[in-house]
Amino acid sequence: MARISLEHVDKVYPNGYVAARDLSLEVADGELLVLVGPSGSGKSTILRLMAGLEGVTGGTIRIGERDVTDLPPQHRDIAMVFQNYALYPHMTVRENLAFGLTIRKQPRALIDQRVIAVASSLGLDVLLDRKPAQLSGGQRQRVALGRAIVREPLAFLFDEPLSNLDAQLRVETRVELSRLHRKLGATMVYVTHDQSEALTLGDRIAVLKEGVLQQVATPMQLYHQPANKFVAGFIGSPAMNFLAGVVRREGPGVERTFRGIDLTIDVPQRVEAPDRVLLGIRPQHLEVFGGASAGGDGTLRAEVGVVEPMGNEQIVYVTLSGGDRLVAVAPPDQRVTPGDVVSIRVRPEGIHMFDAGTGARLAG
Amino acid sequence: MVALLVALMVFTLFPFYWALVSSFTPDAALFRDPSLWPREIILDHYRALFERDFLTPIRNSLIVAGTTTLFCLIVGTLAAYALARLEFRGKAAIMAFILAVTMFPQISIVSPLYLLLRSLRLIDTYPGLIMPYMTFAMPLTVWVLTGSIRQIPRDLEEAAHVDGASRRQSFTRILLPLAVPSLATTGILTFIYCWNEFLFALSFTLGPERQTVPVAIALFRGQYQVPWGQILAAAVVATAPVAAMVLLFQRRIVQGLTAGAVKG
Repeated sequence: MARISLEHVDKVYPNGYVAARDLSLEVADGELLVLVGPSGSGKSTILRLMAGLEGVTGGTIRIGERDVTDLPPQHRDIAMVFQNYALYPHMTVRENLAFGLTIRKQPRALIDQRVIAVASSLGLDVLLDRKPAQLSGGQRQRVALGRAIVREPLAFLFDEPLSNLDAQLRVETRVELSRLHRKLGATMVYVTHDQSEALTLGDRIAVLKEGVLQQVATPMQLYHQPANKFVAGFIGSPAMNFLAGVVRREGPGVERTFRGIDLTIDVPQRVEAPDRVLLGIRPQHLEVFGGASAGGDGTLRAEVGVVEPMGNEQIVYVTLSGGDRLVAVAPPDQRVTPGDVVSIRVRPEGIHMFDAGTGARLAG
Repeated sequence: MVALLVALMVFTLFPFYWALVSSFTPDAALFRDPSLWPREIILDHYRALFERDFLTPIRNSLIVAGTTTLFCLIVGTLAAYALARLEFRGKAAIMAFILAVTMFPQISIVSPLYLLLRSLRLIDTYPGLIMPYMTFAMPLTVWVLTGSIRQIPRDLEEAAHVDGASRRQSFTRILLPLAVPSLATTGILTFIYCWNEFLFALSFTLGPERQTVPVAIALFRGQYQVPWGQILAAAVVATAPVAAMVLLFQRRIVQGLTAGAVKG
């Protein structure tokens, strides 16, 4: 096993498209790092740069202590699981699993032994003589995984490996992958666009936007202290609400306050007054009260648009009197119906503040 | 639907059937009262055919068509791989150029080719037929194979690279086996095309030593009579190897399709 480090990596395509800009990232030995971002954020390209399937335009890539920047994929000793599995259709499951070892001219006995061991650990023993076309989606996924494990590579790269599975199988496989990571203690880099997959799998998560690294942190840090508005909006479900407003110095006693729409709240000491700011509040930190006047000071009047019952909670879409829209999460037993006029209270501990211009985190 | 299919089958197969029946019928009977069913079967036409040494043109055709097909597949596969997978300047221009080669009517290049072959002393030789055949067979091979290689997911070769395969290994162990069905199809088409080719074969050969089957058959006709029975017997003999080859490869094609075409 080995660590992977990217140092000031740039990737610019001939047509001018920038997939990675001055990207420095370190995946520790034995760590599972998730690369997450919307489509076009460059996450898959970064994985392909690590694999050597594409060359960097600038910067250095190391696997272990070795500089692999100019090495082709076959000499990097890493394994990759592709989104569509990329099983060799003309080979049986056994041949697929053995391919990497066969091509490295390992002794026959060793190959057989490893193939059998991996196949039985993944429940593939009875399928060894089938061709990929005769397998279900979940089985193909396991073969792709097995093909990577058999080789005992320095690191594993996963390119959205669960996106072709149905919802239930996806959750099962996610747990399976987590278990596998702990069992093998292997260095893994996992690309996904699904933030919930990222939060549940990653030791750490790297959030990308347009080829630029936004934040690298543990799932909890990412959720509670997002580095900027983009990360705050991308991580968490339903997505964070943003309200625009102004920070003002007030009279004695109240040093600084945020004023937006018809909401006035105290602002932490650390926030200077760069005037325009964005207030970020997760739906879980908004409380919904029946009746326009309930809740008292620091509440917003709103009209309920849509209610989505989720079983353990209700997602309530409201429109403020000023026209802004918010999403709130209400307890499952609360009576909220579309058309109701309600009061929304903001829990002060759930407030994030971002610079309205740069989107950078100010406090919270 | 079925009736339509049967009608179509009768329409396309009847000439072959008629040739087959006639090749076993005495010439006299052919002209007196032709019948759909053979009333008497004779082997005279076939016997006469091989007394004329019809085996030589068959051997010539096999050598010329076979060699052309083999060369086309080898060179065509490599060219198609480059065109489908590698990035280089002027790729579109090369594709267009290859296609443009096929646009000249055959008749318009017969004379220049004749002069060229004569100065190379290749008239009435196998290479003198194989090389001209490659000019029209190769573009077809390259285009068809480029198209089919493009359809093979790139991921498969990339997976092989990550698994430790060099470019050559990913070509021979992944791409080539997956391209077998289209190689077989293209090979058959090329072979049939060369097997049936008439104009070049007539122009670039001088005597029976190097004549191919179509030329030999065409030269059967004498000054005063056309030996229909023999000509049709020759047609049957000439069609047999092609038909056999198609049937042989067809299984291979179907096999290849079911085993390979499904993307993971």
